Order: sequence, then C-alpha cells, then structure tokens
Amino acid sequence: MSTLNPVEPLLRSDRLPHIWCPGCGIGITINCFARALIESKIDLDSVAVVSGIGCSGRVAGYVNLDSFHTTHGRAIPFATGLKLANPKLEVIVYSGDGDLSAIGGNHLIHAARRNIDLKVICVNNLTYAMTGGQSAPTTPEHAVSATSPYGTFEPPFNLPHLVEAAGAVYIARWTTFHVRQLTRAMSEIFKKKGFSFIEVLSPCPTLYQRRNKMGDGLDTMKFYKEKSRIRHGAPTSEVGLTLNGEIIVGKFVDRDRPDYASLMRAQYVEALGDRYVECRETTCN
Amino acid sequence: MKADPQAVLTGTHFLDGDKACCEGAIAAGARFAAGYPITPATEIVERFASRIPSVGGTFIQMEDELAASIVLQGAVWGGAKAFTVTSGPGFSLMMEHIGYAAMTETPCVFVDVQRGGPSTGLPTLPAQADMMQARWGSHGDYEIIALCPNSPQECFDLTIRAFNLAEEFRAPVMFMMDEVVGHMTEKVVIPAADQIEITPRRFTHRSKFEYLPYGTNGDMVPDFVPTGQGYKFHMTGLTHDERGYPNMTPQAQDQLVRRLQKKIRAAAARITFFEEEGTENAEVIVISYGITSRVAQRAVELGRARGLKIGKFRLITAWPFPDEQIRRLALHAKALVVPELNLGQMVREVERAAAGLCPVISVPHAGGGVHRTDDILSALVEVMP
Ligand SMILES: Cc1ncc(C[n+]2csc(CCOP(=O)(O)OP(=O)(O)O)c2C)c(N)n1
Ligand code: SF4
Repeated sequence: MSTLNPVEPLLRSDRLPHIWCPGCGIGITINCFARALIESKIDLDSVAVVSGIGCSGRVAGYVNLDSFHTTHGRAIPFATGLKLANPKLEVIVYSGDGDLSAIGGNHLIHAARRNIDLKVICVNNLTYAMTGGQSAPTTPEHAVSATSPYGTFEPPFNLPHLVEAAGAVYIARWTTFHVRQLTRAMSEIFKKKGFSFIEVLSPCPTLYQRRNKMGDGLDTMKFYKEKSRIRHGAPTSEVGLTLNGEIIVGKFVDRDRPDYASLMRAQYVEALGDRYVECRETTCN
Repeated sequence: MKADPQAVLTGTHFLDGDKACCEGAIAAGARFAAGYPITPATEIVERFASRIPSVGGTFIQMEDELAASIVLQGAVWGGAKAFTVTSGPGFSLMMEHIGYAAMTETPCVFVDVQRGGPSTGLPTLPAQADMMQARWGSHGDYEIIALCPNSPQECFDLTIRAFNLAEEFRAPVMFMMDEVVGHMTEKVVIPAADQIEITPRRFTHRSKFEYLPYGTNGDMVPDFVPTGQGYKFHMTGLTHDERGYPNMTPQAQDQLVRRLQKKIRAAAARITFFEEEGTENAEVIVISYGITSRVAQRAVELGRARGLKIGKFRLITAWPFPDEQIRRLALHAKALVVPELNLGQMVREVERAAAGLCPVISVPHAGGGVHRTDDILSALVEVMP
C-alpha cells in the first residue's frame, strides 16, 4: 500500500481528473505550491486563492482552500478587496500571464504600486492557452501563435522588470524544471509583507510548444534545463525572454516597503489621531 | 438588527442626494467603498472617504471602474458590506461584474447617478437613460433589483433598503439616481440608529462538513460562508452546482439560472415598492420615477386644477417591474402617460404590462434637463377622452 501523498489533502480530490493536458506545467506548479504551504507551516484556514480566467486560472478550482475563480483579468482587484476587508487572510493570486499582464495589466501595476499585501503566482506559458494559443503580451518575438501565424513581431513584456518598476517587494522567476527552487520561493513569500510576484515559466505543449516545433512537455523540461541560468539579484532589465535564448531565473528582488494597509493606518493616525477607528477584522456579521 | 449608533448621523440635515446616499450606505453598514472619479457621482465616495476612517472601514480609489466593481466583491467575501458609485461611462464598464455578482450571489450595491449619454454625453446634466442597462446590461439571463429615489431623503432611506435587499437575496442591487436628485439639496431626517433596521449577512450555521456553498434550504437563497474559517469552499462565475463546483451541463445551467431568476421574481410582490395617489377614479394616470416624478407632480396638480381626473403612480422599484400594479391601472384607466428622461425605456415595460388594455403614451426627453411641466400637462390633456 502506498502512503498518502503529502500534497493530497491540499487538493480537491473530488474534482479529479482535472482539465489540464498531458505534459502541461500547471500541475507541477500546484505541487510546488502545496509543498510550500506544508513547509511554511501556515494555517491553511487563513489561506485564500484567487484566480482569474484561463487554464492557469483553473488552479483555484483544484486547491482545497477557500478559493475564488473570478473574471478574466480581475483576480488582483478581487484579491485586494478580500485582503483589505479581512487582513488576517493570506491572499494568493494564482493566474496566467495573459490574465495578469494583458487584460489585468493595469491592476497588476497598480497593486504593485500600492504594495497591497498579495502573493502573485503568474504561470507564464507565453500564450493564451485556454482560448487556443493566441499571442499574449508575453509571447516572444518571432514565435508563432494562432493569431500570429507568420510569427509575432510585437515586443513582449519583461514581467519582472515591469513589476519591479511598479513597486513589488519580492520578484523571482523559476521554471517548472526548478521545482525545489520554486517551492522555496513560494514558501518565502509567506514571510514577505507586500506585493510579491513569482513568474513560473510553464510548458503548454498542446499549443505553444507544438506550434513552435519545440516538442512535448518533456522536451520543454530539457529546454528549460539547458537554457536556464540562475542569477540571483540579476537586474530585471536584463532578464527579458526570447524565443530560444537564455532564460535567466532566480530571485531578482527582495526588498521592504510599507504595505498599503500600514500606510493607510499611519496616514489616518497622523491626520485624525484619536478619531481614527481601526477597521474591524470582519466588518459585518 | 439595528444600525450602529456610532456610525449614524442622527438628526435633521440639509444634504444633497449624493451625500444622503453616502450616509444611507454608512447607516446600512457599508464599511467598504470603491470608486473611480466621475461626475456627478463622485461626491458620494468623497464623503465616504472623509467619514469612514472615524467609523472603521475602507475607501479605496481604484484604477478604473472594472477594478472598482470587483474589488468591492472581494471585500464582500472578506466579510464587509460594500458598494461602488459611478455614472454612465463607468456603469458601462461595470457590466461584466454585475453579472459576476448575480452569478456568484454576492450581495452588493451599485449606485449609478445617471447623466446624459451615450458615451461621454452630458457629464454634468441629468438623464434616466441607463434604466434598461441596469436591467439587461450584463450578458446572460439574470434577475436584478433596481431602486429609483426622487429626493435626498429617499437617497438616504432607499440606500439602506438597497443594502438590505442585497443581503436578503444575495444579489447585486442597482441604485438608480440621476444628476438632479444627486445634486439637489433638501432636508434629510436621519433617524436614531435604533430606528434603522438593517439586514445582517446570513452566514451559515452548518459545520464545514455538512455545508454546501450553493445549497438552498427551500427559500432559494443559499446561506453565506465566511472566508478564513476552514470551510475551504470554492466559488466561480462558471455555471456551478450546489458545491460551487463548475458543471458544464445544460441541466446545471437550467437549475442555476432559473433559481437566480426565481429567487427574486417570486418575491416581486413584496419588493416592488411604489407610490400611488388618486388612481382609483382617474381617467389618465401618469407613471414616472426619479426626478421626473417631481415634475410630473406639478403637472398633475395643474391638470387637476383644470378639473382633469389624473392619477399618479411612481415607480420606486424599477426592477423587478411592478407588472401586477400596472395591469390593474390599465384595466380601468383610459390612458397611461409615461414621461422619462430618455427616448422611451420604462414605457416599454408599461406597454408590456398594460398588454393593450389601454393606450400607453410616451413623453420622452433626451436628457440634459428635466421636462417642462407643460410637456407633461399637454400630453395629459391630449389623451383626455
Ligand atoms: C472578458 C473576457 N475576455 C476574453 C475571455 C476569453 N479568455 C478566456 S481565458 C483567456 C486567456 C487566458 O490566457 P492566460 O491568462 O495566459 O492563461 P492560460 O490559459 O494561458 O493559462 C481568454 C482571452 C474571457 N473569459 N473574458
Ligand atoms: S492548453 Fe496548454 S496550458 Fe492549457 S492545459 Fe493544455 S497544456 Fe496546459
């Protein structure tokens, strides 16, 4: 008899089988996330996962935690409201690159600027997978997609650089090949207060790798292994991704900045003194 | 439950509709507001921003209305009562999340201080042209509740009612003001907190082992679940079953969407508020709402002074529409006259409910001002038998 897999209680087994394709990287990221929750010994009742829409956005549906599957692009503002109304929650935003940086791009930079205490896990498969593999703001130049049949020519976002400029306090990038490092990063962000961002490069063999003749899930793992170079503290301006070039991974930013709630409290106390009434934990019942 | 005495500004005030709406929200227990600046609605959250730090709550100005309309729903699931305020262009941006609130059964209030449209239209001038958008603006089938105040006093009273209805039905409630009602200043009496009844969130009493997030106990409205208490629930805007899990079958869709509709429709008789006067022996009846009802009032008085038998009926609840009441009026009136600050929106509902029993006359106005009393009066005179 096999012993229970330690991550199993963190998954909604009653929802399996899941919708993801063979070779998809999303499941690997969940495994790392579950292990990070276990390692960090966090009270699981206090963890809430908020997703947007997409293959990656389905994560909220499979984790055995309070979980919210919101609208396309709006996981961050939903999570912002959840966190501000209930500061005791540890709020994780788990979603795709298109969801977070295209339709939700405005919310991404503003939440980083405000330094809302959210932990964002961005599964970057370099495409809009759920809708059939169209170009995303992250699709590397010259890659082929459903909407760029002759190759993309738009320059992509360099997400770590973007969120650093906007104000994030913790920024790391790993791939689904780097399961140990990814797990460590995911447990590290529970110790950070403020806007934390982990970009996980993850294969979409069904759409992105197939169209770009990059093989299957396993080939992508080899690709990640060969192309990745760990450079902790690398200037984020230097970590942009290309179709076949080097993938710089590591922890790029780890800094401290007062988060939104602390700034709000400090400002009100200064302006109002005794008249300031601290927001109650749960404001209605 | 009663309102919090520390939050309620009991007394007699001189307030405009926007500020009265804010006080109503605070009295109703709203402790979270989000907004994006827009005329003529921003004053509501400006007041909230100045009041709430000494009440205990949060105001956040978001980067756009897409964000404002969803951050508040996050706050609701975090345990707060929450609302957002906007006007036409912002209301258009909020549509997806009105549907999300309907689908996920998130109690919340959307205030729309209507101005002239389409597009940027008339930022500082009134209209009542978002009435159909309030009903049908988000995609898919859903039922909505919408209230229309016609004075600052009602902006206070009905905002409380809007929050209470949102909690009772676990549904988004549209609060359909207009620029004139928002900016007109009148006496507003705010009662003592113990005179203000507020509907608390109906949290489940079941344990996490026997609780279903979208299971109903016969009354069609599921009990709410607190976040962070170990229930480990899931909620989604996808079609879902009682467990809150996605279910892509026509059966699940049918069951869910019909329940979302039925939970409100079945209560329509109880939640369609209206004001009616002199309709019994009237030959013609004016049907109006919001600021237009104030103009219509004058037309009714002038017409009666000329000996005309005029009745008046004011919609306080626009949605669900008071079908029964309108049908009753249509049975004995010779005509129904419907002035509104748009080119004919609610008049279609009146026609539908009247079902050919009597003529229904529209008195449209494109917005940017209110009707002249004469416009309404002459419509009344014209249809007189
Ligand atoms: C408002 C809106 N626009 C478009 C869509 C369709 N849509 C669903 S998922 C998706 C893309 C998701 O891409 P990404 O976030 O990168 O996630 P992935 O599927 O690649 O994991 C889109 C465009 C939608 N659901 N809502
Ligand atoms: S389409 Fe791509 S991202 Fe979506 S489940 Fe399949 S492999 Fe994963």
